[in-house]
Amino acid sequence: MNLRRVKAVAKKEMIQILRDWRSLGMAIAMPLLLLILFGYALTLDVDQVATVVLDRDRTQVSADFVSRFGRSRYFNIREHVSTYEALQRMIDSGKAQMGLVIPYDFSEKINKGEEIPVQVILDGSDSNTATIILGYVEGLVQIYALDLSRTPQYRVYSHPVKRSLPLVDLQTRVWFNAELESKNYIIPGLIAVIMMVIAALLTSLTIAREWERGSMEQLISTPIKNMELIVGKLLPYFFIGLLDVSLSVAMGQFVFQVPLRGNLLLLFGSSAIFLVGALGLGFLLSVVTRSQLLASQLAMVVTFLPAFLLSGFMYSISNMPKAIQVLTYLIPARYFVTILKGIYLKGIGPKVIVAEGVFLVLFSLGVIAISNRKFKKKLV
Amino acid sequence: MWERVYHILLKEFLQVLRDPRMKAVIFVTPIIQLLVFGYAVTTDVKNIATAVYDLDRTPQSRELLSRFFASGYFRPQEYVSQVTRILELMDKSTVSAAIQVNKGFAAKLAAHEKAAIQMIVDGTDSNTATVVMSYAAKIIKHYNEDLIAEAIGLPQGVLPGKGIDLKSRAWFNINLESRMFYVPGVVALIGMLITLMLTSMAVVREREIGTLEQLMVTPMRPVELILGKTLPFALIGFFDVALITAVAVLWFKVPIEGSLLLLFFATGLFLMSTLGTGLFISTISSTQQQAMMSTFFFYFPAVLLSGFMFPIANMPVVVQWITYLNPLRYFLVIIRGLFLKGVGAEILWPQMIALGVLGSFVLTLSSIRFSKRLE
Repeated sequence: MNLRRVKAVAKKEMIQILRDWRSLGMAIAMPLLLLILFGYALTLDVDQVATVVLDRDRTQVSADFVSRFGRSRYFNIREHVSTYEALQRMIDSGKAQMGLVIPYDFSEKINKGEEIPVQVILDGSDSNTATIILGYVEGLVQIYALDLSRTPQYRVYSHPVKRSLPLVDLQTRVWFNAELESKNYIIPGLIAVIMMVIAALLTSLTIAREWERGSMEQLISTPIKNMELIVGKLLPYFFIGLLDVSLSVAMGQFVFQVPLRGNLLLLFGSSAIFLVGALGLGFLLSVVTRSQLLASQLAMVVTFLPAFLLSGFMYSISNMPKAIQVLTYLIPARYFVTILKGIYLKGIGPKVIVAEGVFLVLFSLGVIAISNRKFKKKLV
Repeated sequence: MWERVYHILLKEFLQVLRDPRMKAVIFVTPIIQLLVFGYAVTTDVKNIATAVYDLDRTPQSRELLSRFFASGYFRPQEYVSQVTRILELMDKSTVSAAIQVNKGFAAKLAAHEKAAIQMIVDGTDSNTATVVMSYAAKIIKHYNEDLIAEAIGLPQGVLPGKGIDLKSRAWFNINLESRMFYVPGVVALIGMLITLMLTSMAVVREREIGTLEQLMVTPMRPVELILGKTLPFALIGFFDVALITAVAVLWFKVPIEGSLLLLFFATGLFLMSTLGTGLFISTISSTQQQAMMSTFFFYFPAVLLSGFMFPIANMPVVVQWITYLNPLRYFLVIIRGLFLKGVGAEILWPQMIALGVLGSFVLTLSSIRFSKRLE
């Protein structure tokens, strides 16, 4: 490998990048925009559930029960309706996510100490939100039942045995992310997704562009070797990628206060390895397709979606069907996401992530080797 | 006029479909994407790999543990004999929960004392952790109820008068499967990406290769060129939406409760804004790289701010205002309403009007810009 020729290619590529300041600007602004969105705007935490109430009892007792929902920060009572149809319309149109139906004999049954059926209707379209809302409702009803059990009507609960009842007390502890904040696991994973997409999108055009514009013929007529071209072409993008990583890490640290428990050096080392693979993948697509439109479409499909969906970034892999789980082993972002989350939240050292690291190295070497073989300095 | 439009339409189709690989990108990858999406994107938490640390080893402790595993939510991954092993398994993400039953569990229950069990949850994924904890709390609650019933001398499961008997029903998605929620959304996402990308790059490619000048010396008027450059991609967009809708209904068995006709009408309204945006991007880009980066710069935030994954109601108010400019936001409400709720135009009309207004505005604006750039 002749370093002078590598330098020449890198320099030419760098000039080309700097001339197109808009693309460069977007490559740098994109990670920042995404981090800001995920840090401030996007959350899966559910609160202020829009609730519609149909109180058929209309007594002090039922009003007290409803007001418990109103006072909780998880619910936001939007409207009291008087017919079931009105409640249905609210949920149909998406104005309410939950409907609470209190029967005619609510207070009567409470006074008699009987069991009262209360109906909760959820908009199940978003199953995740619905499950969480149901958990809130159950918790609230449990507290209400506890208060009821202190009233004379519900004597069964003040049964003499109860005072000495054996009970299991569940003590839960959360490790690694004790505050259960979604940003703490989203942001480390997001770095991997951004890297993968930006790196592959940028490089997917480099070779295809030369073919389409006809400058490839000039390149072929030079004495440059394959590896020199690959290294020279990827080098500038490698530095853009590293700049993106540094910006993301700095923002995670100073803006979002995501705890970084592990080693910074390990973080950058693994990022560099991953970056080579991602850049190589884009380069390979460019070599194989020779068309910018096709290369960018493919880059989108083979990098963005898998990195976003199959890497465990947001959707945990263990919940997926077995066949898809097997598929995720082919996604390099999966390993990098594991490494990043481990370094950030668990503070793990190099020993725990040896397997992931080895795979990333293999992947990076693999794509570069294939690119080297596939790229032919011939006009065919 | 229509003859010239027809010719450029024909040329555009020829150019896109000449390359068999491009054909695959247009017709095969949407299906693959839907399949992967449909199976991979699930927020349903089941079969949580759990480490068990049973120090008591009595029939009672085993009975309690078996309740965890019989629930279907937890799956015993490993029975450990040291606390450090739990840490090790958690570090490697082999397990995401651990249950510890202390020595003397059964004895304490027999002595009518409070017996504690510990649960450790990996909070890395905070959402899953919340769900895991609520499952555990529910299992313990039932266990306690049965203990009380036993102590009072009632058969299990018939403890009377909890006061409130909560009857919950989930509408539109009775089994609360997340797939039903995501698959209709994917139809919108894929239709958007394909049309956006193809339109924005089609014009820029001509400019970059230099064939745009040849087009300009023909007697073709800007309007004809715009029609010729957007109609083929509109057709491809329609075709893709139909294709993935078919896969969603036939393969994933997502019910389509509403009217198909309305779905196609709404798709038309939606494509107006995606084609318009694509055209707009083509007017501000001089290379395909710029066009692609701009497309991505628009597409990614549009997906995130559409309510596809993250509920809009949870966003800060300022960001919620921004989402009103996002065509995907309206189309998602329409497509989910049609698929899952089976509602019709009487409920979805505000979204349709919004899409129509947004679409005509973007399309007009970019057409004007486009014509100006040609002159």
